[in-house]
Amino acid sequence: MFVVPMARLAWLSVTTPETGLANYRDVLTDGVSLTVIWRTLRMMLVVTAVCLLFAYPYAYVMTVVPPRTRAVLTTIVLLPFWTSLMARTFAWVVLLQKGGPVNDALAALGLGDVRLAGSATGVTIAMAQVMLPFMVLPLYSSMRDVDRALVPAALSLGARPAVAFLRVYLPLTLPGVAAGTTLVAVLSLGFYVTPALLGSPKESMIAQLIAVKVQDVLDFGAGGALSLTLLVVALALLGLVARFVRPGAALGMSDEGDRR
Amino acid sequence: MPDHSPGAGVRVRDLTKRFGSAARPAVDAVSLDVRPGEFMTFLGPSGSGKTTTLNMIAGLEGVTGGEIRIGDRDVAALPAHRRDLGVVFQQYALFPHMTAAQNVAFPLRRRKLPKAEIAERVARTLDLVRLGDHADRLPRKLSGGQQQRVALARAIVFDPRVLLMDEPLGALDKKLREQLQIEIARLHRELGVTVIFVTHDQEEALALSDRIAVFNEGRIEQVGTASDLYERPATRFVAAFLGDSNAFEGTLSGGRLAGDGLDLRAPATDLPDGSRAALIVRPERLRLSGAPGSGDNAVSADVTDIVYQGAFRKVLIRFGNGGAGCVREAIGALSDIAPGDRVTVHWSPDHAVLVPA
Repeated sequence: MFVVPMARLAWLSVTTPETGLANYRDVLTDGVSLTVIWRTLRMMLVVTAVCLLFAYPYAYVMTVVPPRTRAVLTTIVLLPFWTSLMARTFAWVVLLQKGGPVNDALAALGLGDVRLAGSATGVTIAMAQVMLPFMVLPLYSSMRDVDRALVPAALSLGARPAVAFLRVYLPLTLPGVAAGTTLVAVLSLGFYVTPALLGSPKESMIAQLIAVKVQDVLDFGAGGALSLTLLVVALALLGLVARFVRPGAALGMSDEGDRR
Repeated sequence: MPDHSPGAGVRVRDLTKRFGSAARPAVDAVSLDVRPGEFMTFLGPSGSGKTTTLNMIAGLEGVTGGEIRIGDRDVAALPAHRRDLGVVFQQYALFPHMTAAQNVAFPLRRRKLPKAEIAERVARTLDLVRLGDHADRLPRKLSGGQQQRVALARAIVFDPRVLLMDEPLGALDKKLREQLQIEIARLHRELGVTVIFVTHDQEEALALSDRIAVFNEGRIEQVGTASDLYERPATRFVAAFLGDSNAFEGTLSGGRLAGDGLDLRAPATDLPDGSRAALIVRPERLRLSGAPGSGDNAVSADVTDIVYQGAFRKVLIRFGNGGAGCVREAIGALSDIAPGDRVTVHWSPDHAVLVPA
């Protein structure tokens, strides 16, 4: 299912318009492709970091509240899953556009006229919201497995709260951090809809570039080369994470998280 | 032996803890003095406030009101990590990503001791709990008993002046529990540290403690040595919670306790005339005789059952007024009775205690 089109794409990338690695040379030399790849990687890092920043405390709160509150918090996280990506992105367009409520609120606070829709900032906000469940659920499932007595134990042994967190709690939740960041990072690399609708054409991501090559210019060779480059980057990321976390932990954890 | 500071006293005054909007405080104005080097046990049913009191002393639970002093320091405002107390938790609470040695080194590293001294102290303390050859194992590779000994080593390695233990043996089976009781008693003796030990197991409390504080519904019912509590219970609750007891209720008047068809001689008491009281006699203090009859220190009863229990047997009886009781007879001093017999139970006045009903 997945292998055949991939193989076809790979084949096209080295045969169209003529046999050879010309398409890959173009990726590295045409200036545009590399810039877009860098921009995509940067966006990936920022989105992943923002997600982690919001998801870590959120997931922690989920582990300490009573079951009823936890059910509400879980629903809030999962809600985006049940609405279409398009609908959500358009909702963000409405919220963030010039003259929209967020813009007005910022202006009222004296922060002036901030450009959100049609900018990288807007894309980051919307993407982070879309990706949040993929970060929260693995984090929650690894936090749930941490014995609640460990942090008090660390405190009683003379660890300041910050030290207890860094030496005991954080290391024990790292598998969840690894799983969540990998999922979010890999997903944001190939994100198309949100940057296309909310971003500026001048700041396109790699998925948009591929779409342009394939749909508008009908340059299947270049599109294929870019796609494979994207795949290689994604695989390299997974490989990097696998070096630090035992294989399967990421998937196993996220599975458990989904069941709750 | 490590050169330890001897234990510190713990002084608690009117300590109170109220959770949220609960009608009854979890801990209700508890006052208590634990002497330096003493082994004090908090004994009580679950929900009686003993663990909450321990956690407040440890600084792991906020205080609603009252005062806590450890040694000559008022610690009520001190956060847990600055109280310098060893705490052993019910489920061990070992750090699963650290080896036994790293767990034990944790409190020393927080105190920024030199590396060589940390290594030396960790090795010595692991030897003390007989785990010297398991230093590099992760907790999940250790048995329950071994994990608890690591937890114990981790709580004493920094020479705390007070060691707090919250049902530390609750998760272990009976045999292992008895072994570790001996171990804990030995450590207490060798280190001279003050120990506050929480348990709901009365046998454990009787075996280990210098003194026991019996908790019930957020209050301390009585503090005393094991034999104080057993021989001279101050309340009905203590009499019922520690071992079996026979109770006869009545109204006090002129040195006699009358009621329910009985008229017994009351032991010396501070209770005023006219107050309701109960006369408590322990099962092994009762004597059986075949002939029916009642008197100053005697009540007639029917034998309902006889339970053989090895070194002794338990004779279950029903008193004339309908109350149930029991008599414990050592094997070798058995009376000649059978279920259904009408008997008289009697006791020496020295062995009866009067408590408020």
